[in-house]
Amino acid sequence: MNLETPKKFRALVNQAHQVAHNVFRPISRKYDRAEHAYPKELDMLASVLDGFNDGNPEGGAGASAASKSGARKDDGGVKNGANMSTLLGTIELCYGDTGLLLSMPRQGLGNAAIAAVASPEQKERLKGKWASMAITEPGTGSDSANIRTTARKDGDYYVLNGEKIYVTSGERSDCVVVWATLDRNIGRAAIKSFVVEKGTPGMEVVRLEHKLGIKASDTAAILFTDCRVHKSNLLGSEEINVEKGFAGVMETFDNTRPLVAGMALGVAKAALERTRELLSSSTPLDYATPVTAGSAAAAELYQMEADWEAAYLLTLKAAWMADNKQPNSKEASMAKAKAGRISNDITLKCVELCAALGYGEQELLEKWSRDSKILDIFEGTQQIQQLIVARRLLGKSSAELK
Amino acid sequence: MARDAQGYALHLLNRFAGSDWADKLGLRKPMEKSAYTLTKTGFRLAATAARKFSGPKIDKPARLALPGHTTDLFDLNITEEQQMIRDSVRAFAQDALRPAAHDADEQLRLDDALVAQANELGLVSFCVPEALGGAATERSPVTNLLIAEDLGNGDMGLALGILAPLSVANALTHWGSATQQSDYLPAFCADKPPVATIAVNEPVPLFNPHVLATTATQRGSDWVLNGVKAGVPLANRAELLLVAAQTSQGPAVFIVENGAQGLSFADGRGMGLRAAGLCDVQFDNVVVPAHAKLGTDEFDYGTFIDFGHLGWAALAAGTAQSVLDYVIPYVNEREAFGEPISHRQAVAFMVANIGIELEGMRLVAARAASRAEQGLAFRREAFLARTVAARRGMEIGTNGVQLLGGHGFTKEHPVERWYRDLRAVGIQYNGLHL
Repeated sequence: MNLETPKKFRALVNQAHQVAHNVFRPISRKYDRAEHAYPKELDMLASVLDGFNDGNPEGGAGASAASKSGARKDDGGVKNGANMSTLLGTIELCYGDTGLLLSMPRQGLGNAAIAAVASPEQKERLKGKWASMAITEPGTGSDSANIRTTARKDGDYYVLNGEKIYVTSGERSDCVVVWATLDRNIGRAAIKSFVVEKGTPGMEVVRLEHKLGIKASDTAAILFTDCRVHKSNLLGSEEINVEKGFAGVMETFDNTRPLVAGMALGVAKAALERTRELLSSSTPLDYATPVTAGSAAAAELYQMEADWEAAYLLTLKAAWMADNKQPNSKEASMAKAKAGRISNDITLKCVELCAALGYGEQELLEKWSRDSKILDIFEGTQQIQQLIVARRLLGKSSAELK
Repeated sequence: MARDAQGYALHLLNRFAGSDWADKLGLRKPMEKSAYTLTKTGFRLAATAARKFSGPKIDKPARLALPGHTTDLFDLNITEEQQMIRDSVRAFAQDALRPAAHDADEQLRLDDALVAQANELGLVSFCVPEALGGAATERSPVTNLLIAEDLGNGDMGLALGILAPLSVANALTHWGSATQQSDYLPAFCADKPPVATIAVNEPVPLFNPHVLATTATQRGSDWVLNGVKAGVPLANRAELLLVAAQTSQGPAVFIVENGAQGLSFADGRGMGLRAAGLCDVQFDNVVVPAHAKLGTDEFDYGTFIDFGHLGWAALAAGTAQSVLDYVIPYVNEREAFGEPISHRQAVAFMVANIGIELEGMRLVAARAASRAEQGLAFRREAFLARTVAARRGMEIGTNGVQLLGGHGFTKEHPVERWYRDLRAVGIQYNGLHL
């Protein structure tokens, strides 16, 4: 048993840490204030990151690296692969700035979906594209099996109709992975995902949201009106398999949920570290005085760090299982649930501990406490994660435990 | 003549008896009754016959090597040997500890037959180096963590009673001088290993194991111990105690044999861990020789406490697992409003959170133990393991009772015992050293 991160990822973690400090942090406040302005500094960074990923056989720090096929065999049969390296990179980059990480060209959740389920031909064709992910609709949030966007087969094409909202990088990306149903009467098995390239007639970005946090990241509403997509852009099988159908699209989450948990860990780490710095003279920590025997502030810092450590290890475990091809739906949801809630708790508590200093814009603490909220919502809310974990532990179907 | 504990108690009672306010408040009769109980169960000398500890001399301490850096990769797998040990410990915990737990809790006692059964597992021989009669070739905090968790899954109080002597053997192996090792460790590998325990806690609020009221002062070449320890498992039956006390150079640990002059015990029963027979221990000018101070120059009191954190975090994880395993079938079978209560999110989410927090606290403890095993600094990780186990463990305990409703509040179900036991994780520093 060894729960330390492997040496081979240290260079990557350090690089991501350098990016966080030297690229993200200096422009963090700027793009928090200038919502919807494109962070042009990221173009240069994205090229650097592409180069790094291409030169790194272990997989880099990007979303496209996380997949069940990304792992390399190591000694003793145990693998530490792309799921873990991507997670470690994500933690560090969100320690820099979550909104900017989400704005990184070619690192969208659509890229993660393509990496997870696309065919080799599709992967080759979509190489270098920035792909965002469009699932949510005005009337459909967590119940993604209930989406209304339709895909009607017409010769070699599918015709998409519907409205998607909350598409991260929906305006800036090169293409969008869109969930649509082939037949609303069949239910979840009929839901397929399509890669729709920007400029396809019938696809229109109609609005950008104004948000509580992650303002550097554009969040788009996209309208599809008789939008024709070639069948070669359908991800996965064309057939409607009632047995397996939805599992295919949901499988993506097993790889992406640990990454969102990693984002939550990163922003919480930033807040905790800065708060410890600000409190260092008044509240020294020795990791020996019991939480009951020191100051109230010290107790808060210890409790937050203990929760952070638990969330961190739950998340590493979920990624480790993915790298080792072990089914990890339950663990991915555990990680997302724990990391999402403690990140929000920690960032808000840090503002409270630092008082007016924490609340003001001189520090980034208030920003982190706004950014963290979305991490307990997107890619499955806290409640959805609890539902998944509960069903697994209790052996209940979604019909029994609703 | 110096006033001993009983003398002190009599002195206080006498002042009470002579006061007017006792009559005014109608307290005299109840107090007379409790005075009877107090003197009956007050600090007493141990009835344990003193064992003569001795063994073949060794030149230098026989230290066990840590397995060290076994893999560079993040790896949650355990070794085949660890799995084999787990299997037998789990079987013992399920077949022997769990069925005995209810009565042991009621009777405040760890049955001798159960101890004998535990000894048959041979766990202690894995704590003692071969040079001193044991079978250990290395010292694995991870293996010890797994053993403690699995025993705790049987019952926390019984596990504590079984682990306390092992912990003393661990501490002597890890820290003991050549003399201390050769004096005490061979006995642990004999047919009837000594009952032994570790005493750190004191009866004060906001207790901090790094600031002790129990003192050890030098007199000539001897050490003189004074003070009171609280909630010490097995203490009145123990033949050997490791006692934490403040010296002029900071906290240290002393080896005290039972029967020492000035050593007395009182009932220290608490809300839980009752099978471990908790005692309060009084030291009234207890004199021990110079070589009774545990360890050599390498001794580090902070790390001694850290190894205790690992033990308590492991017991918490084992007990929390018991809660989870118990509530799942219960909420699936219990029906209300025409369906199993587990079909309600309010119930199901509590179960999900027990699962999430349990796995989190288990992993934090595992990381701390694996760092210790690799010879890496593990103070932060051990402290966090204790912190998260104390808070989340108690949360799991109280939610376990809640999920059973009124049934959880009765002794028909073990969850109320787990609730009482899990409260100890935040406050206990006695008995354990992985």
